[in-house]
Amino acid sequence: MMTLTRTFRRVIGREAEAAAPAKRAETRAPVLETPPIDIAPNDPILAYFTAGSGAVAIDDLQLDSTAVRALRAAGVKLVVPLISQGELIGLLNLGRRLSEQDYSTDDRRLLEKLAAQASPAVRVAQLVREQEAEVRARERIEQELRVAQLIQQQFLPKSVPNLPGWQVAAFYRAAAQVGGDFYDFIELPDDKLGLVVGDVTGHGVPAALVMATTRSVLRSEAPRLVAPSKVLERVNDFLNNDIPQNMFVTCLYAVLDPATGAMRYANAGHDLPFVRRGHDVTELRATGMPLGAMPGMQYEEKEATLAPGDVLLLHSDGVAEAHDAGHQMFGFPRMRKLFGDLGSGHELIDGLLESLHDFTGPTWEQEDDITLVTLSRSAGLGGERVLTEFEEPSAPGNERRIMDRVAAATTELGLDKKRFERLKTAVSEAAMNAIEHGNRMNVELPVHVRASVAEGELVVRIVDNGGGRDIPEPETPDLEAKLEGRQKPRGWGLFLMRNMVDDVRIHTTNMHHSIELVMKLDATKGADDGHSA
Amino acid sequence: MATAPETTAAVRYRQGAAVVDLPPQIDATAERALNDAYAAAAERNAKTVVLNFGGVDFLSSTGIALIVGLLARARKEHRAISAAGLSDHYREIFEITRLADFMTIYPDERTALGDERGGE
Repeated sequence: MMTLTRTFRRVIGREAEAAAPAKRAETRAPVLETPPIDIAPNDPILAYFTAGSGAVAIDDLQLDSTAVRALRAAGVKLVVPLISQGELIGLLNLGRRLSEQDYSTDDRRLLEKLAAQASPAVRVAQLVREQEAEVRARERIEQELRVAQLIQQQFLPKSVPNLPGWQVAAFYRAAAQVGGDFYDFIELPDDKLGLVVGDVTGHGVPAALVMATTRSVLRSEAPRLVAPSKVLERVNDFLNNDIPQNMFVTCLYAVLDPATGAMRYANAGHDLPFVRRGHDVTELRATGMPLGAMPGMQYEEKEATLAPGDVLLLHSDGVAEAHDAGHQMFGFPRMRKLFGDLGSGHELIDGLLESLHDFTGPTWEQEDDITLVTLSRSAGLGGERVLTEFEEPSAPGNERRIMDRVAAATTELGLDKKRFERLKTAVSEAAMNAIEHGNRMNVELPVHVRASVAEGELVVRIVDNGGGRDIPEPETPDLEAKLEGRQKPRGWGLFLMRNMVDDVRIHTTNMHHSIELVMKLDATKGADDGHSA
Repeated sequence: MATAPETTAAVRYRQGAAVVDLPPQIDATAERALNDAYAAAAERNAKTVVLNFGGVDFLSSTGIALIVGLLARARKEHRAISAAGLSDHYREIFEITRLADFMTIYPDERTALGDERGGE
């Protein structure tokens, strides 16, 4: 109704000007300035005109209508409604005739014909204007979202830390409106590691800016103060001075000593982290108000120890507070149960996301940002030993960098030269596949690499974001066919990998695609096998 | 990000053969260098092209595809291609991919030129 009212206002103003009475001393009719006239949605004049009144002499109209009074005050004498497809779309308003005579029956007929012919054109013009306004509004929103995304991506870690004996994995996906989730890893003195996960209330650019500020203050205070409660106190006081009204930040901050598994943590109103030991899941509770809500807050600080085999999950409410089509919430109990049953690292994250997908259905529009950060401590002696774990951006040429990093981490295994070179080639090929095909050269998507030893096997796992797509089994390369043009020259990658290592395991989930390159650590195995095609 | 590798391939002419000194990294970054070097050898009507792998320290499957492309072109033009100076590891890859069945492999450039002088 507002649009219609605004439309009336424009039409009224324009027509009143056109129909302004002339001053006799002048050759041109002077312009009569009329104020915009608002017609309320419940004004009886609307129903009167829509009912097909035709041209109406305003002075003769017996209606208790604010709009009628306003029209009279503006000098309007005759009103011709513009109707298109049964809908009142505007009014043709005329002032006093220049001859000072009343409008004749012929005048009215002529004006009604004019209105009937003009109405469709006016309606089309209105629709075009409305559409243009919508496009401009949409562009403004999209531009704001792009800025918010840019800010947020700029401040999220590009890779996870490489902690020997620990498996670290992180996942972040913005909602369509871009919420204020963030996470961070902060290097601290004495080889300790700061872990941050937080959520700023609100969306868009304001939330992204508060997120960036919070992260910066955390990063500057964390190495100096170390104690999580003190760090949160400091950040809270800082934010209180600057944060916009009605905005605050929930934040969990923990300091981990990777050497012992000891972890101290404080919580500013954020969702409680889960810890899993075996299949038992506990929550890490510590009380504290969100950051920026009130000045001078103190935060409870607690300690936990992550033993070998334990898994820690930090998260935001994007998963637990997701709803299905029937408005049922995914819920923390469901999340907690899943966490107890799933694996660790990317397997855990993928498992949670797949369960969420099954719960919400394929048409779900993500309601809030989703952040998942998980740390798993290797099971220790007799179990898996992680040699290295890192991420590299999906930039061309980084396959060689990945190869060199894996080579440096696996030197200690003392593989003979031949097998060592084979491993390097297999790693670079798997990395190149991940960069080119899995992540399609998107430098924002990291390739996750992990090399570990367990039960006499070296396993190098290379994970990309190419899950959820069908990966056709590549045809076996046939050199003769390639030379004769029956096959493309490329397509050697998987073939080489399979010939270079003892086993290649491929696994695909909705989110990720992973290749595990397996090399037996029995020094004699495979050292002299022919590998002939 | 990997540092930009050397992406030119020098072509020398010895005893009717064109010797192409390959850049250290044979992958997508070497495509132009390889094609330019082959084109230069073809323009000089070299009957044999010796790919000198002596300075190569990285060969990817994309690099193998480039060599397959060169080999296909040379076979059409009745030009012999041989490889010299391959490391043990890359020689193994030439055997696995059967490139070794379609191009003669020599331990080094000297042997390649000595052998080429009398044959093909």
